[in-house]
Amino acid sequence: MFDALSDRLESAFARFRGKGALTEQQVEDGLREIRLALLEADVNFRVVRTFVGRIRERAVGAEVSAALDPGQQLVKIVHEELVRILGEASAPLDLGSRSPAVVMLAGLQGSGKTTAAGKLAALLKKRGRSVLLVAGDLVRPAAVRQLQVLGERVGVPVYAPVTTGDPVQVARDALHEARRLGAGVVIVDTAGRTTVDEEMMQQAVDIKAAVNPVETLFVIDAMIGQEAVTVAKAFQEAVDFTGVILSKLDGDARGGAALSVAEVTGRPIKFASVGEKLDEFEAFHPDRMAGRILGMGDVLTLIEKAEEVYTEDQAQDLQSKFLSAEFTLEDFLSQMQQVKKMGPLQGLLGMIPGMGRALKDVDLDDAQLKPVEAIIQSMTTQERRDPKILNGKRKKRIARGSGRSAQEVNELLRNFEQMRQLMKSMGGAKGLKGLRGMDPQALMAGGAPDLSALTGAGPRLPVGAGAPAGPGGPDRQLNKRVPARKKKKRR
Amino acid sequence: MDLAIELVVAIVVGVLVLVAGGVALLRGGRPRGGIDEEFRTELRDQQPTSPPSVAVPPDELEGAEPPLAVDLADPDLADPDLVSTDLVAPAEAPAPAADVEAPPEAPRLTTTERFRARLGRSRAGLGLAMSTIFRRGLDEQAWEELEESLIAADVGVEATMELVEGLRDRARAEGIRTGEGALALVKEVLRLELGVADRRLHRRAEGTSTWLVTGVNGTGKTTSIGKIAARLTAQGDTVVLAAADTFRAAAAEQLEAWGQRAGARVVRAGEGADPAAVAFDGYQAAKAAGADLLIVDTAGRLQNKTALMDELSKVKRVLERDAGPTDEVLLVLDATTGQNGLAQARAFLDAVDVTGVVLTKLDGTSKGGIVIAIQRQLGIPVKLVGLGETIDDLAEFDPDAFVEALFGGGEGSGATAVGDS
Repeated sequence: MFDALSDRLESAFARFRGKGALTEQQVEDGLREIRLALLEADVNFRVVRTFVGRIRERAVGAEVSAALDPGQQLVKIVHEELVRILGEASAPLDLGSRSPAVVMLAGLQGSGKTTAAGKLAALLKKRGRSVLLVAGDLVRPAAVRQLQVLGERVGVPVYAPVTTGDPVQVARDALHEARRLGAGVVIVDTAGRTTVDEEMMQQAVDIKAAVNPVETLFVIDAMIGQEAVTVAKAFQEAVDFTGVILSKLDGDARGGAALSVAEVTGRPIKFASVGEKLDEFEAFHPDRMAGRILGMGDVLTLIEKAEEVYTEDQAQDLQSKFLSAEFTLEDFLSQMQQVKKMGPLQGLLGMIPGMGRALKDVDLDDAQLKPVEAIIQSMTTQERRDPKILNGKRKKRIARGSGRSAQEVNELLRNFEQMRQLMKSMGGAKGLKGLRGMDPQALMAGGAPDLSALTGAGPRLPVGAGAPAGPGGPDRQLNKRVPARKKKKRR
Repeated sequence: MDLAIELVVAIVVGVLVLVAGGVALLRGGRPRGGIDEEFRTELRDQQPTSPPSVAVPPDELEGAEPPLAVDLADPDLADPDLVSTDLVAPAEAPAPAADVEAPPEAPRLTTTERFRARLGRSRAGLGLAMSTIFRRGLDEQAWEELEESLIAADVGVEATMELVEGLRDRARAEGIRTGEGALALVKEVLRLELGVADRRLHRRAEGTSTWLVTGVNGTGKTTSIGKIAARLTAQGDTVVLAAADTFRAAAAEQLEAWGQRAGARVVRAGEGADPAAVAFDGYQAAKAAGADLLIVDTAGRLQNKTALMDELSKVKRVLERDAGPTDEVLLVLDATTGQNGLAQARAFLDAVDVTGVVLTKLDGTSKGGIVIAIQRQLGIPVKLVGLGETIDDLAEFDPDAFVEALFGGGEGSGATAVGDS
């Protein structure tokens, strides 16, 4: 897993801490880290070069060297610049006043055009528009059928007169069909093409000329590498797209391509496709993307993983248990199993901002959970609910049953008590309130909860040292954005 | 026992629950999951009780059966050495034999020729070749530019740094001072690195072999299977395809269309059926028909979706219960993929023990440099390359041509896009 840029910068500056202003060499070291982080995120190397040049200009000014924490200041500048290029705000779809308004999709093969067409149709339908989908991919076998199925699921008509033939004619005829049906928006799916195939690129140009779309959206895979620039340029020259759809953003690619495309084409990224479900399609959030490119934890992914595993009721039930310290070994066992469903522990920890670094050298293997499980499973229900009743005899029995030593049973119990205290402090009344109003974007943008206090209590903590978590917990500076956030839900 | 594992779990659980609870509140109790999710969950839970239908259109059967009869009757064709063309090396056959014997379709270009021709197409007109980097001699800037061109080919920062560092040492040790010498060295190192792998596609000496085809969404799994099937049926093999992508709309229809073109029978089930059951039934059908090979298509899945990766492991497990170890587990990788390709390979290796990569869409301007990191770090070789859209645009991976192409262009391609600072 990549280290977050902020961690890297911090280590780059660490040697010089407390010596006042940054030297030129330090700035260069910092810029080098920025360059590497961006390259690892798949930002095109030429874009990186111009970008770092811009950062250098701002960094050598008083802005950074005078800052109390130059590393953080530099990260802030980088983040600001990223957001500036990616767009200050989400760019909406502009359907104009003409009816029918035509939206055309174009992109490489496998970038997700057909799926995006279905999702866009679902979104527009939800907004009360009447939509007609047009099956213009007559190259890939069964692409027409795929769009028809999507149309059925979304509940919008699909114009698909042929499965082979001339897509330009299909697109042209689709306009008549839209007028006949009274559809206000026409979404034209097209065949995927490679930029070097001139014939196919010309076909895209012809389709565009035939239907005169008000929006031409370029669909690009978030996992694409350095070629994003070449591809985006080629499509811009051919069809002069008005916006971008970034697909497969629910993967774990850092998505530096978004920056490359925005920088070289100047076109806004309008939508992000964030899942396989038809409603997992949303307005693009530049600030969230900036945080992601920089690898500043991945709270959103963590949330999504949690949502897959927990129902809302379960989550709230657990919350109240934390608060009242009713959390038992029984709950702990079931939670451990839930967490395992979300993926390897090490990966999950890496997603929590600040956690990856603190536990960098800890080699966490999920197999380490096994003995813990075994011990708890060897307890009776009563013992799990109330460990206080565990006397020497019971402990011995448990040790035998689980194949561990009595010492290990004792350690587990001690650690569990410690953990319970820790959770209580994490979920303390104040913290919970803060988290309730938490803005995931704020987290991504670097306003992450400072969990360093928690990690202080992480592995290798001498038993009995007590959990130092306290006011430094996740309740810091999180209340500010509540109202705005409540108004615009994520979906 | 690690003392602190409880604490670690506590932190994760605590953060997750608080965060999830917070978000749930934010969302105002939105009902869980969309229609699709419910649909999908329901389907996943569904046990393989109802056997999927085996759809064999009569015309397809006619297309597939006669060559099979001919093959079995003709001892020459049944000889593994002869049947093995450049595409497939049976487990027992010595590899060089295939090169000596004339392949049945003599007039066709060799795959190497096709590979080079296609790559040449993408390279044409891309401007400055990489060799200009070293024209001046071997100064610091030349090394930096070499680094940059490797990164531009998606080789990745880490692999690039390691490679260039090793190259610098060697250039120093061997007293190489000219740019051309260094470039030759770069190519040699990469060729050697890529050259060591076993790129044969494994099959059993007898019985029905099984191949599993996996990958993230949109890399070209179904298309690649169609091309592989076409190649093999043209050779006289009987191939059965199992449409275990039961999730994407019309994926089975797409595979069926390819099956028809290739003359391969397709086993499919309704949308949303248990993919493991489809794979299982595919094997039963293939075995019953005495087919040489079963190829299982699977739904595209992003490698960070644990549940979907578990599902894939289950497909393989269920398939192997009856069919024995899978002979090839292919990961289909899009050549445009950047650094995430490594994460993909790692996750699929963990889940299903990938044995080879099919690098698709290499006919564009992309170089597919991530496969270098994949082979270096994970030891998974590229076995096949997709070079275009027609049914026979599939070739063996040719390390020499690949390395040449890596340095063949790209410099000019981005040059007009962003001005240098």
